[in-house]
Amino acid sequence: MALTLDDVKRVAHLARIAIDETEAPAVLAQLTGVFALIAEMQAVDTRGVEPLSHALDVTQPLRVDGVTESDQRELFQSVAPHVEDGLYLVPKVIE
Amino acid sequence: MHNATIKSLSDGLASRAFSSVELTRHLLSRINQLDKKYNCFITLDPDASLKQAQAADGMRSTGAGQPLTGIPIAQKDIFCTKGWLTTCASRILSNFKSPYDAHVVERLKAAGAVTLGKTNMDEFAMGSSSETSFYGPVRNPWDPERVPGGSSGGSAAAVAARLAPGALGTDTGGSIRQPAALSGVSGLKPTYGVVSRYGMIAFASSLDQGGPLARSAEDLALLLNVMAGFDPRDSTSLAREREDYTRDLGRPAKGLRIGLPEEFFAKGAAPGVVKAVEAAVAELTKLGARTVEVSLPNMKLSVPVYYVLAPAEASSNLARYDGVRYGYRAPEYADLADMYRKTRAQGFGAEVKRRILIGTYVLSHGYYDAYYIQAQKVRRLIAREFADAFGKCDVIMGPTSPTTAFRLGEKMGDPVQMYLNDIYTIAVNLAGLPGLSIPCGFDGGGLPVGLQIIGNYFSEARMLNVAHQYQQVTDWHMKAPPGIE
Repeated sequence: MALTLDDVKRVAHLARIAIDETEAPAVLAQLTGVFALIAEMQAVDTRGVEPLSHALDVTQPLRVDGVTESDQRELFQSVAPHVEDGLYLVPKVIE
Repeated sequence: MHNATIKSLSDGLASRAFSSVELTRHLLSRINQLDKKYNCFITLDPDASLKQAQAADGMRSTGAGQPLTGIPIAQKDIFCTKGWLTTCASRILSNFKSPYDAHVVERLKAAGAVTLGKTNMDEFAMGSSSETSFYGPVRNPWDPERVPGGSSGGSAAAVAARLAPGALGTDTGGSIRQPAALSGVSGLKPTYGVVSRYGMIAFASSLDQGGPLARSAEDLALLLNVMAGFDPRDSTSLAREREDYTRDLGRPAKGLRIGLPEEFFAKGAAPGVVKAVEAAVAELTKLGARTVEVSLPNMKLSVPVYYVLAPAEASSNLARYDGVRYGYRAPEYADLADMYRKTRAQGFGAEVKRRILIGTYVLSHGYYDAYYIQAQKVRRLIAREFADAFGKCDVIMGPTSPTTAFRLGEKMGDPVQMYLNDIYTIAVNLAGLPGLSIPCGFDGGGLPVGLQIIGNYFSEARMLNVAHQYQQVTDWHMKAPPGIE
């Protein structure tokens, strides 16, 4: 199935990345090349094969449900683009 | 001093032949002189480095020295280092001063190692040439018109140019081994889960693994001894007994079974690369190793599988960069949604955006099974082939990369050509296996060739043993690039 310009725009919207009309065709051309490569793997017969997400047979470790972090708000907010009174500032969402 | 291995520098520090302050000063002055040419480093902080060096000299004088105490180590700029700019070579993190240390950085600090600087890389470790950095490309010390490999290209080039005795890297699809090969240094990607990913900026979490680059296998073992270890803050970190990775270095190679997959030597590998790798295998057979034929027929699928899994995981991991809590924010925007879109469009480079788009597509409604699940199934087939192969051999050997270092700009216009560079390394990440690369000669153009050694899970000590035995009878790993004395 060939990728279209609409797909590029839809995915760019989902990924919250602005792509203007002039860039979109070049992005489409490169993604089409990558998906042609990916198609090689789609042709493989994988009936009865379990998906592998971790090569080793391990279980998720659990920890005690206790407080492990101290309050470091000031330190963390010292690298924020815009803060006021301990809050992160962004453009108004609700009028 | 700058040509020495970590092992001999460590001996020199222990015997008071020189101090860590002297060593650190010497390397910083070399960086100051030479790095304009190579662009290995993004951030230096000489005062901070020298303060650590002074403290390390103090540790040594009270008898509390460990092998890495006072050794300056360069860190790939993907590792969070408290108080240092940690950019991941991206505009979007170009103003990010990390408020905490990565687990690996904590461990190095505890061992008394000195942070020499933060090294350049492909943006978010997405690349095989170190050309996608917001800070400009890294140049290969063997030929500055060529790439050093990537993504840990700054780390590899810094070790090659004798700017650092050792460096930290990360390897998601070959990003330690391939630059090690192209830059003529040694590099190790451990078994997935051996080195904690805490504080290592995430790219593709099911594949990312930190590891060392250095001049010799022995140095890699010394670095891994400090880097490895369980960390509850990384849910995939493995709780295992501590290992001394130097324990088997002296073991003879006699009886070693080397698996040679025909797929590694098929068309696609440059003749000069194949010749050097075959000569290395012959050298090991002289030491009593024998070769066994093994087969990895699905290895060719590793690149397409990787370019589903890695972008999918990356698109999710990189969703956090939105200009709200840290990092770059676009200067002008209409509303919140516009702020996200513009921040991400301006903050990420072309390759990172491409991978986020691929990942978003394969994870989008209706495509998940056809792409992500199918890729995970083929991933299992690839892992099984390695398991079968390790029934017949102790290590697998082949080239690390199909070619030696290519020219800057040569593959930047064609992402698929760039991706195929990692054909010999990616399968190892998919299977979660350890792999290392050591220098094994030069091609006709005088460019270094890397020998890849792949081991079974947790066989790092054995792989380092094999590499060390090879380095005892050859001196490729100690060769310096032309003009570097």
